[in-house]
Amino acid sequence: MNASLNKLVGGKQGAIGLALLAALIFIILPLGVDIFRLNLVGKYLTYAFVAVSLVLLWGNGGILSLGQGIFFGLGGYGMAMFMKLEASDPISTKIQTTPGIPDFMDWNQITELPWFWHPFESLPLTILAILVIPALFAYLIGFAMFKRRVGGVYFAIITQAIALILSILIVGQQGYTGGVNGITDLKTMLGWDTRTDSAKYILYYVNGALLIGAILLSKYILNSKFGMLLLAMRDKEERVRFSGYDVSNFKIFIFCVAAMISAVGGAMFTLQVGFMSPSFVGIVPSIEMVIFCAVGGRMSLIGAVYGTLLVNYGKTVFSETYPELWLFLMGGLFIAVVMFFPNGLAGIYDKYAKRFKFLRKFSDTQPAEKVKATPVSDIKEMGVKA
Amino acid sequence: MFDYSMADMGNIMVMQGFSGLSMFTVLLLMALGLAIIFGQMGVINMAHGEFMTIGAYTTVMLSKVAATYGFVNYYFLVAIVLAFILAFALGYFVEYIMIRHLYKRPLDTLLATWGLSLVMQQAFRSSFGAKEVSAELPEWMLGSFKPTPDIDIPINGVFVMVLALLVTAGVYMFMYRSRWGLRVRATVQNRVMAGAVGINTKKVDRITFALGCGIAGIAGAAFTTIASTGPTTGTLYIVDSFMVVVFGGAASLMGTIASAFGIAQAQSILQFFMTSSMGKVSTLLVIVGILMMKPEGLFASKLRK
Repeated sequence: MNASLNKLVGGKQGAIGLALLAALIFIILPLGVDIFRLNLVGKYLTYAFVAVSLVLLWGNGGILSLGQGIFFGLGGYGMAMFMKLEASDPISTKIQTTPGIPDFMDWNQITELPWFWHPFESLPLTILAILVIPALFAYLIGFAMFKRRVGGVYFAIITQAIALILSILIVGQQGYTGGVNGITDLKTMLGWDTRTDSAKYILYYVNGALLIGAILLSKYILNSKFGMLLLAMRDKEERVRFSGYDVSNFKIFIFCVAAMISAVGGAMFTLQVGFMSPSFVGIVPSIEMVIFCAVGGRMSLIGAVYGTLLVNYGKTVFSETYPELWLFLMGGLFIAVVMFFPNGLAGIYDKYAKRFKFLRKFSDTQPAEKVKATPVSDIKEMGVKA
Repeated sequence: MFDYSMADMGNIMVMQGFSGLSMFTVLLLMALGLAIIFGQMGVINMAHGEFMTIGAYTTVMLSKVAATYGFVNYYFLVAIVLAFILAFALGYFVEYIMIRHLYKRPLDTLLATWGLSLVMQQAFRSSFGAKEVSAELPEWMLGSFKPTPDIDIPINGVFVMVLALLVTAGVYMFMYRSRWGLRVRATVQNRVMAGAVGINTKKVDRITFALGCGIAGIAGAAFTTIASTGPTTGTLYIVDSFMVVVFGGAASLMGTIASAFGIAQAQSILQFFMTSSMGKVSTLLVIVGILMMKPEGLFASKLRK
């Protein structure tokens, strides 16, 4: 294996781990479950984008964003706006007072398409917006916060507040955003019916391929010099700064990358599920996505995907059979993972894989990453530095 | 917003201002507890809202008991004490079981306490039902007085405000005028040194955390006089009260009071002129904007770290 490929997949161990995941997503699951369940798996895998972005940001960068739902939502809403505009052509909406605008706008006595909806009439512009708007937004937040050396819990609280603001805004501005119901009834994309079984299969595979792509991109970043710096910043930020690196720019960059990965997940969510609503933007979904990542292992990109699948599978099973128990279980999971398994499934796996030599090669957590989770030498350092 | 005459405007300001004051008291009591826990210990307690809900349910349950035995007029004072004791005890227990293992990982505390809040919410739902319940208010708390014919000031609001001021004064006395407060502050400033001079820093941590939770319990008792209680009541206030603490500058009592006042008033008055969601959005946006420019908050202690 040559050097750059090695960087991309992370050596032989990484390659095997990745191949197993790809086999699960592309072969085992499509063969094993029917299309309804597979569509559900596809939905879970869109959350895995966010979990992967959190491995970059939180596991390796030590930056806990409680607002990844913002970017998931921005991506999802971008795609939803495009599909809604396509669904609301003048012919199919001719019973409205103003034909040619989305139905919820008509219900709210809006007679003209708002200016910010116009770019979403074209697919290329939509795709551009899905990638660029979250990145720009992340840049703004990151620039304001990291340049002033705000980090740790302050950053978490402020991103959480921004997630709250955005979800209240979406719910409040019903005429422009569809309100609490979100943007619904999305069936076609450039005339292609996305609700048929064959379309669901295609979207599932596209989603899986994009997810593997996101993991490869993240691996490339983590295995580069930048990834090393990220780890160094997490553990001894001051020391990296004194070595002459501009810590804030690195943080802004990784925050933007994480935002873009989350936004792609959001867009794929809309495509596969057929709607987007503020319930995927606010505080609760944002923090739930952190637990997906934590269960899988905050240091392991592949573990994050398994964590997402496992927690969501559990959620589906339990909320169908014992809805009462689910919140207890979810809460208990938060506590148990944080207190007893800070490295999640991947951490448990690595620990036991050591005992069985032949298992060790499947692990994707590299030795350099085996650091205790978020070590902080002093609580005070996490706050604002005057 | 200009269709009102000057006299109307004045009355609106007073009445909205007063409804802002009730929100101010709840926010202040919530934030006081948080400020102690976060400002002094650097711990993020996402389950703080649920400790408030404990206080609220305690009050509601006690009011039911009081209604059957006919001491409705006096139960409220007992409820405040009981709410404090229950929340304090649970806080003490939680610190012992969970928080003390996580002091070196503040981000993880945040996640673990979020998990705790989910568990507590479901526990409330299982034991008290998903429906919102409200306390029977004693008769002397009902009604309102009218300084002028156009202005209504509810008595329960006045009562809660007096309560909040008393608690604030109590916290001040505790933190700055008592031996315990001295130990708490010493531990914050230099944990190792504090331990060296014989302060049991672990015990200080436990008491501080429990005290913060206890105050949240009082906030819950106060809350029952202005709204009804449900399993998820606490979560509605958690972000707001965090904003209060951060905005005021953690570890600053004056800052907490000032920012609770500012945030509550701004929301209450803006909500009258805009829709309630836009009022909240604009208030939060302004706070986040200011925090981005001045991350240490309004009343930060001028300390070089």
